[in-house]
Amino acid sequence: MSVTESTGRFIAAFDEQRSARKDGAPLWLDELHQAGMASFTELGFPTTKNEEWKYTNMEPAVSLPFGQVNGEAKSFSTGEVLSNGFAENDAPRLVFQNGTFAPGLSSTRGLPGGVRLASLAERSRQDDELLAAQLGRYANHKRNAFVALNTAFIGDGAVVVIPPGCRLTQPIYLIYVSGAMKHPVVSYPRTLILLGADSEAKIVESYAGANGGKYFCNAVTELIAAGDSVAHHYRLQNEGEAAFHMGTLAAHLDRGSHLTAHALTLSGALVRNNVHVSLDGEGAECVLNGLYLGDGKQHIDNFTEIEHAKPRATSLELYKGILDGASRGVFNGRIVVHKDAQKSDARQTNRNLLLSADAAVNTKPQLEIYADDVKCSHGSTIGQLDPDALFYLRSRGLGPDEARSLLSFAFASEMVGRIQIDTLRRRLDDYLVARFRRI
Amino acid sequence: MLEIRGLRATVGSKEILRGIDLKVGAGEVHAIMGPNGSGKSTLAHVLSGRESYQVTGGEVTYQGQDLLAMSPEIRAREGIFLAFQYPVEIPGVSTTYFLKAALNAVRKHRGLDELDAMEFLVLIKDKLKLVEMDQALINRPLNEGFSGGEKKRNEILQMAVLDPTLALLDETDSGLDIDALRIVAGGVNALRGKDRAMIVITHYQRLLDYIVPDFVHVLYDGRIVKSGTKELALELESKGYDWIKSEAATVH
Repeated sequence: MSVTESTGRFIAAFDEQRSARKDGAPLWLDELHQAGMASFTELGFPTTKNEEWKYTNMEPAVSLPFGQVNGEAKSFSTGEVLSNGFAENDAPRLVFQNGTFAPGLSSTRGLPGGVRLASLAERSRQDDELLAAQLGRYANHKRNAFVALNTAFIGDGAVVVIPPGCRLTQPIYLIYVSGAMKHPVVSYPRTLILLGADSEAKIVESYAGANGGKYFCNAVTELIAAGDSVAHHYRLQNEGEAAFHMGTLAAHLDRGSHLTAHALTLSGALVRNNVHVSLDGEGAECVLNGLYLGDGKQHIDNFTEIEHAKPRATSLELYKGILDGASRGVFNGRIVVHKDAQKSDARQTNRNLLLSADAAVNTKPQLEIYADDVKCSHGSTIGQLDPDALFYLRSRGLGPDEARSLLSFAFASEMVGRIQIDTLRRRLDDYLVARFRRI
Repeated sequence: MLEIRGLRATVGSKEILRGIDLKVGAGEVHAIMGPNGSGKSTLAHVLSGRESYQVTGGEVTYQGQDLLAMSPEIRAREGIFLAFQYPVEIPGVSTTYFLKAALNAVRKHRGLDELDAMEFLVLIKDKLKLVEMDQALINRPLNEGFSGGEKKRNEILQMAVLDPTLALLDETDSGLDIDALRIVAGGVNALRGKDRAMIVITHYQRLLDYIVPDFVHVLYDGRIVKSGTKELALELESKGYDWIKSEAATVH
């Protein structure tokens, strides 16, 4: 199937779904759906001729013979959900199965008053004003076909609202599980996170799925941080081995706010992560931490874009990848410093470790600087394990496999070490130990 | 314990070791001295199995076994330890984690039970005293940001934990001030024993004031050109290496 044919199929599915919808979405949502579809129709699925998709061909994902998600989904147990989502037992959480809210697996216990944690479908049925005003504001469907498609099909997802001045200590988990269906399914999780002025929160979004099942998860998250707020966002991707995953984070930062966004990619057959951060307030800062682990024939593409729109904003980006087998990694880091964004400070690093001769990576920094008083730096490395370090470990009695595994673990563990949620960090540490013991 | 006969080794196309003969018995401490570029460090690395050096001739017998046939990790498990001149920094792995993995690999090879986290902690606390090291240091990433002295103390700590039969100390004194040198030498001396042999490689006699050797050998141009007792080291200190060089030139 060609990309154009696939585009046509999704347009037809949209029309079919829209005419079949009985309850009727609120007007603003119907308009947003249509705006998304209009953009998608105009853009179509990208091909590798498009510079931003040069190394990543999404054709296998979009040409799957998708069916509807109706009722036949296997139900996951709470234990499975928590372990796949790396979540704690008593953590406030929303769980979604194939994109649909699962109230029985979710819990909002222990959240302070004023914090809203709810299903997007529920909120939109109640015609939530805040939702109507903010949804779709910062995830630009005019530029990205997958954001457009997600917008056209917005159904369910999570809404997180942290009121001004609220400093939430316990992390909130949003867990999207997919797969275990008889036929391939596509889901469009949509997440909206709003941090009020001077608030603080840690949000963990995890995407997990059953191995073996082919499915396509096309998720979009919008995060809006008001003045002086502090957001810690974790995007943990542990999809099934045959899964296709497209994840977009669009963050908008106001004056003096801070965002640390982690993107951890552990699995999936074909994965693309888009991160778009707009530093749209004086003194805003973002830290982007990425870790991607590829093996087999996996393809993992990280596309990040940071816009310095106002003066004195800071961005610090470190993405690290370990690629084994015949896996392929792509890193594209775009930094745009606008004309008025004087005293911007932007630093970007991408480091890759290739563990096999068949693994490959394409890394490309892209700096566009229109202001004259800025500090910008970027650097990328692609390398094998350091032979001096390997010999050092072997000279102490570790076998070559053990030494390689320890050094790979060490390379990845720097990123896991940056996680500020103790239980999550420990679980991921254990995950890394187990994963690299196999090498 | 160790017998080296006619050992030759190259790096790339350059021959560094040009026929080394050396016998080391249990409990003995041998110092190998020599000017820069004479092949001292190469000898240490060849004995511990570094693959970037090619052995082109000779044989090495260690405890009755063919040492050159063993991989670096088997040599380590069989009791050979190299204290590096330049210990490698490994961010992301603590000394504790690494050393416990190494010790257990060695213990497994020797048919001993692996130590669990608690047992290891007890052991390492005891060994830390030997090199006057703070426990906080070993919970940090291995050698990362360590001072020269801390790195060398960490090497001796690892030696104390791994309990080798043959220790090779490669320029252990380089980059150390007098206090660090005293501590490192103190650690080494405490590990001397009748079952353990040591080969101490050094450019200067200074270290040998603290670690007093039983034998001193002078390596020049890939060969041992002179052997003696600790007095030879003092002679080198006062006369320099030039007389060795001219003596070597007349012999060959």
